[in-house]
Amino acid sequence: MTAQAMPSTLRIGLSRGALELRTFMRDREAAAFTFAMPIVLMLIFGTIFKGEIKGTGVDFRQYFAAGIIASGIASTTFISLGVGIAQERDDGTLKRLYGMPMPPAAYFIGKTITALVLSVAETVVLFLLGHVMFGLNPPGTPERWFTFVWVFVAGVTVCTLLGIAVSSVPRSGRGAAAVLNVPYLVLQFISGVYFTFTELPKGVQDAGAVFPLKWICQGLRSALLPDTLLPVEPAHAWEHGRIALVLAAWAVAGFALCLTTFRWKRRDDG
Amino acid sequence: MDETAVRIRGLRKRYGDVDAVDGVDLDIPRGEVFALLGPNGAGKSTTVEILEGHRRRTGGEVAVLGADPGRPTRRWRARIGIVSQTSEERPQLTVRETVRHYAGYYPAPRDPDEVIEAVGLTEKAGARLARLSGGQRRRVDVALGIVGDPELLFLDEPTTGFDPDARRQFWKLIESLAGDGTTILLTTHYLDEAEALADRVGVIARGRLVEVGTPRELGGRATAKAHVSWTGPEGPRTLETHSPTQVVAELSQKFDGEVPELTVTRPTLEDTYLTMIGAAR
Ligand SMILES: Nc1ncnc2c1ncn2[C@@H]1O[C@H](COP(=O)(O)OP(=O)(O)OP(=O)(O)O)[C@@H](O)[C@H]1O
Ligand SMILES: [Mg+2]
Repeated sequence: MTAQAMPSTLRIGLSRGALELRTFMRDREAAAFTFAMPIVLMLIFGTIFKGEIKGTGVDFRQYFAAGIIASGIASTTFISLGVGIAQERDDGTLKRLYGMPMPPAAYFIGKTITALVLSVAETVVLFLLGHVMFGLNPPGTPERWFTFVWVFVAGVTVCTLLGIAVSSVPRSGRGAAAVLNVPYLVLQFISGVYFTFTELPKGVQDAGAVFPLKWICQGLRSALLPDTLLPVEPAHAWEHGRIALVLAAWAVAGFALCLTTFRWKRRDDG
Repeated sequence: MDETAVRIRGLRKRYGDVDAVDGVDLDIPRGEVFALLGPNGAGKSTTVEILEGHRRRTGGEVAVLGADPGRPTRRWRARIGIVSQTSEERPQLTVRETVRHYAGYYPAPRDPDEVIEAVGLTEKAGARLARLSGGQRRRVDVALGIVGDPELLFLDEPTTGFDPDARRQFWKLIESLAGDGTTILLTTHYLDEAEALADRVGVIARGRLVEVGTPRELGGRATAKAHVSWTGPEGPRTLETHSPTQVVAELSQKFDGEVPELTVTRPTLEDTYLTMIGAAR
């Protein structure tokens, strides 16, 4: 018997990515829940919010648009993966995969592809809406484009890793959405999505600054909004170095959590 | 190559203070079809899942295709097929998409369409799993168990939910896999299934293997007394005997022709089985 070559990890990973995306497209609930939610919120709050941020000449709705793009990324990564993996663990999909000759990395490649494709699509839709409704403009210079891209990539990376890690927290697949939406909603309120960050109470700002969403919002504002906004930024500067540092730290922490907490089985599987 | 597909010595598994598997010894040679019978909670799934590498054992030694299932490698995984007692697949995908996808994990998979044909789902190949009946979904599980062309196949109550026709078709599939030399370990509650498919049967009760043997000789069935029953003038009568032919000949003379309601039976596998698990209680 000649030993046949095993299919490569990359090939299985790509095929998993394709399968996940196809499943997502056909799964109206998941699509509505993670993809449409930020869009709906943008439409609702876009009609409620009014006026300029004092002394900056920037329409608050544009500030909000940058924040909701960050929330959209968190939704298509953190929420989508966290809930999706918890459900796959609960319904035995992960157990089946563990029983097959699939390299674990292929599973995560598939998840990453899905998260990345959905995040790009979500960002494009939210940006176009922001452009049409609130006059949000694309990054004006190559430097700002560069900022946009790296903040986007870092944001997707951090939220993907945290989504995979957090999937081990809910006890059941059914409860996962409820469990994950609590931190997600709270973070949106304390990270400068619905309110100008610096108008939040000092303690709330400090709490928000611990978590990645605040820094992703700030990074996206630095790419999409004019420097006249700087007076209402927490350090009166864009703090790119610090953004990179905080996100890198969260990526390392998220990766370590994934490695240590990921389970293929339910808690009570024996 | 090692001639033993599964080798189990003193296997134990404890959950809290429950001994789910309590000292099981068993060898399954290559090419054998082995059926594990036992009442609910006897420890069948626990045993099988330890062999599959899905659960950790508390004690004992296990070798599956020469390797410890507690440390599974990809190559080893590619050589076994698993149909778990419960599993689910994405309802949004079609049968063909699902089988094709998983075929891609194996170095030398079977042809997906051929596998779909073998489990009798060709007509439903383009249907999403959400639209399949329970028994049809179960057949998808079986398809995924065999798509990698395994040397050793684990089937944990594979035919639950199958209609009689599907069960016969499944038996044919198992026979053809066995004919190709696949080693098969299956659990079942259907005694006719064990009798039809298995070279040997093991009966497990309360985590202990109470007996192992061919379906014919299990529990001394081959040598057990036959029951001769008939209705005489004084009502229904039954006699237990080692020589039923002689009894029938005598009765025939006595009644001078037809004996009313004459039957000769030997204990069925089910009778033997029920006696055995009754004794283990
Ligand atoms: N994950 C678990 N945690 C705790 N106890 C368990 C677990 N899995 C099984 N058990 C216990 O171990 C014993 C054997 O269970 P097992 O699932 O192996 O039985 P089985 O023979 O497969 O039964 P069935 O015919 O109902 O499938 C039972 O008493 C069961 O309650
Ligand atoms: Mg079982």
